[in-house]
Amino acid sequence: MALDQRLSTAPDPVETDRVQMGPRALARRWWRALTSMRTALVLLFLLALAAVPGSLLPQRSLSQGKVSAYYAAHPQLAPILDRLGAFAVFSSPWFAAIYLLLFVSLIGCIVPRTRMHLRVLRQPPPPAPSRLTRLPQSDTVESTLRPAAAADGIERALRRGRWRVARSTTGEVVELAAEKGYLREVGNLAFHAALVVLLAGVAIGKLVGYEGSILVEEGGGFCNSLQQYDTYRNGPLVQGGDLTPLCADLTRFSVDYEANLTPSKFLAQIRYTRQPGGPVTSYPLEVNSPLRVDGIRLYLTGHGFSPRFTIRYPDGSQFTDLSAPFLPQDATTLASTGALKLPDRPNADPGAPQLAIEGFFAPTAADLGDRRLVSVDPRPMNPAVAIVVYQGSIGLDSGAPQNVFQLDPQQIQRGALKRVDAANLLVGQSLTLPDGTTISFDGYKQWAALQVSHDPAQWSVLGAAVTALLGLMCSLGVRRRRVWVRLRPALQRTGDPGAGSVARPRTVIDVGGLARADSGRFGGEFEALVAGLPKTRRILEDTTRSGATFPAERT
Amino acid sequence: MVDSSLASVSDSAYTFSIVIYTLAVAAFAFEYAFGRTGRIARTSTAHRAALEGGISLATEVTTGVSRAERLGRAGLAATVLGAVLQIVSLALRAAATGRVPWGNMFEFACAVVLVVVLSWLWLVRSAPQLRHLGIFVLIPVVSILVYAGLELYAAAAPLVPALRSYWLVIHVISAVIASGMFLFSGLLAGLYLVRHRYDRSLVDDRPASRPVTALAPRLPTAAVLDSLSYRVVAFAFPIWTFAVMAGAIWAESAWGRFWGWDPKETWALIAWLVYAGYLHARATAGWKGTKAASVNLVGAFAMTFNFLIINLVVSGLHSYAGLT
Repeated sequence: MALDQRLSTAPDPVETDRVQMGPRALARRWWRALTSMRTALVLLFLLALAAVPGSLLPQRSLSQGKVSAYYAAHPQLAPILDRLGAFAVFSSPWFAAIYLLLFVSLIGCIVPRTRMHLRVLRQPPPPAPSRLTRLPQSDTVESTLRPAAAADGIERALRRGRWRVARSTTGEVVELAAEKGYLREVGNLAFHAALVVLLAGVAIGKLVGYEGSILVEEGGGFCNSLQQYDTYRNGPLVQGGDLTPLCADLTRFSVDYEANLTPSKFLAQIRYTRQPGGPVTSYPLEVNSPLRVDGIRLYLTGHGFSPRFTIRYPDGSQFTDLSAPFLPQDATTLASTGALKLPDRPNADPGAPQLAIEGFFAPTAADLGDRRLVSVDPRPMNPAVAIVVYQGSIGLDSGAPQNVFQLDPQQIQRGALKRVDAANLLVGQSLTLPDGTTISFDGYKQWAALQVSHDPAQWSVLGAAVTALLGLMCSLGVRRRRVWVRLRPALQRTGDPGAGSVARPRTVIDVGGLARADSGRFGGEFEALVAGLPKTRRILEDTTRSGATFPAERT
Repeated sequence: MVDSSLASVSDSAYTFSIVIYTLAVAAFAFEYAFGRTGRIARTSTAHRAALEGGISLATEVTTGVSRAERLGRAGLAATVLGAVLQIVSLALRAAATGRVPWGNMFEFACAVVLVVVLSWLWLVRSAPQLRHLGIFVLIPVVSILVYAGLELYAAAAPLVPALRSYWLVIHVISAVIASGMFLFSGLLAGLYLVRHRYDRSLVDDRPASRPVTALAPRLPTAAVLDSLSYRVVAFAFPIWTFAVMAGAIWAESAWGRFWGWDPKETWALIAWLVYAGYLHARATAGWKGTKAASVNLVGAFAMTFNFLIINLVVSGLHSYAGLT
């Protein structure tokens, strides 16, 4: 984690002849190895590498359908990959092992460093090295003030420049040790600590958060309860009764299109209440603009059409306003497929054949002439359906979950569902089956796919991320640097001939500077600092040339 | 609505920028082959050791203006002109479509290339003696622009609803800047590796391969290249972090979660981890130098993979390529 100035953290060299090692010593050795920078680096790269299969192989969390397709395409390989967790990489134990080890290593690194930095913050800057001229940056100036007086001015100037300054006096010699850029390490530690908080926030969100999605037709609605959702995922700590009460109805759904028929705006007009019988509020739900209420968020995630049918049985009983959501197969024309399953029928024996329809819906239909229906426009300008009608047993009693958008192909294969008729219908047209049942196509409704999400920890994740970013900027942008100033009395010469014209220097000031990180521009800063030292001047010709003004050690 | 006449002027500006950059490549190639800059690197081992200690950018002062020098200056001027043309091209796209000019892969690639060129010009402004390295920047630049024009081109068009958000401005511009600077740093890291191999061959007294001996002597010292590529990453890394964060905030309001392991998100994280590793590697004994530079190149690969393969081959939520 350290970007610089890290002490060596390599594990102690192991003495091969020392076989006996107590468990504590062993544990310490392992701990030091784990928290070393090299281990952290390897874990960092391992984590990056481990994420790769999660992006290239289909993942259950993103699309169960793609995982099934992969199974079908690679029947030999897929079960092996599955056992390795390759279809759920990001929740697999080995992925978790890598990032947990990385974070343990990170904590093991930042805790002692935080302690160390707190100590550093309480300590004065370290005293000046004996030879300032040996430092990467150094310069010498002089002043006509006495050392103590000159040091006062320089110390004030440094403090004004937000340097931390420590002063020491030995005889007449005054030394100033100044340091700045502590924010670098503060930012570095804040960045890494914030990453830990971020991970904790993500974990808490997974434990106590939930999300559910549901298809809602115009005029329909739902309430926030797990039973109502088509699919949901809830954290282990979420109880069904914990869900925030919210009920919402979809009053209208609309899409605006550009001239080239790409959509420009999806709008789901909803009305919601926060408690049954409470006040009703309207909200225009759009992509990028979820409804946020009481810690839950309601999103618009998709849309499509539900064709409407009326079915009249020969005995006179009928179903009116039946509709089933069809799933768009083509985003540009919204050609959709779906199924309508009618397990029950009014006033009929339990053993009577069930009716099921599989269909294709075209918002704007064009008949190619061969009775094949195609959709040519996503806007519902000439809606039509192509239906295939089955009778028999739909197979819902078996208890196995069925795909609502299609009939169970096994029921058809084994002859339990028999195809009885097929037709293409425009709005208002109907099909009469051999047994006298009529199916009329009445039009369509639009449906919207809505998603409800709840993650109480996401604000802490955001806060941690912002802290991490600020810390990172300090850690990479601030340089830690030190400046030392040593003020010595200049040797006085007797009978100085130039004394009348120029004030005699009384103090020689050595300045040295050291930047502790990658320091592109410290040289410039140092020069400016030296030039700005108050009441000093460049050393005049005669004093620099003649060694007599300098103590012998300087030469 | 798209103003097609503005869009076609934009396309012309794009084409001209390629032509101008290509002329700059020719000028820089001449300067690199016949110019005198960089010859300092050929001096003695002692001199080299002295240079490696610090990161001074100083090179030999040339006297008089040779033909190579004049061509080098012309190349630089052409680079500036090419960048201006690119800016004009993107600005006209924005005007034609009434949106920010980074809404599909073609525009994204053009914007990233512009960032590379601007980073380079900014570097040359503060260190004019590095001008002759322009050839190593502009060859990739021209290649990417030509590839983008041939394979990624998408006519000026409005955005799909999911992209209509002010986060498009914030998230994508930061991704563009970080990508361009990472790419630029990767170029410097590649040059560092060439220079390092050459230096090793001098120290070990065994000849390096032909391209290395031909190119390396005029490169700045390894320490300079290493420091420059580090500083570029150190600048770009917080920007990339911000880009990922802004993406997460946008995803929270567009897709219902701030992080969902969409392939694009995953590779953004992979690149982030690799560059984080690079920053650490540069300060870790045993990883400094060539290993760190290789990590930098792996990062550039991850960014490129995320842009090309994830958009074109792997399907995900970030399917904004604008290609059919």
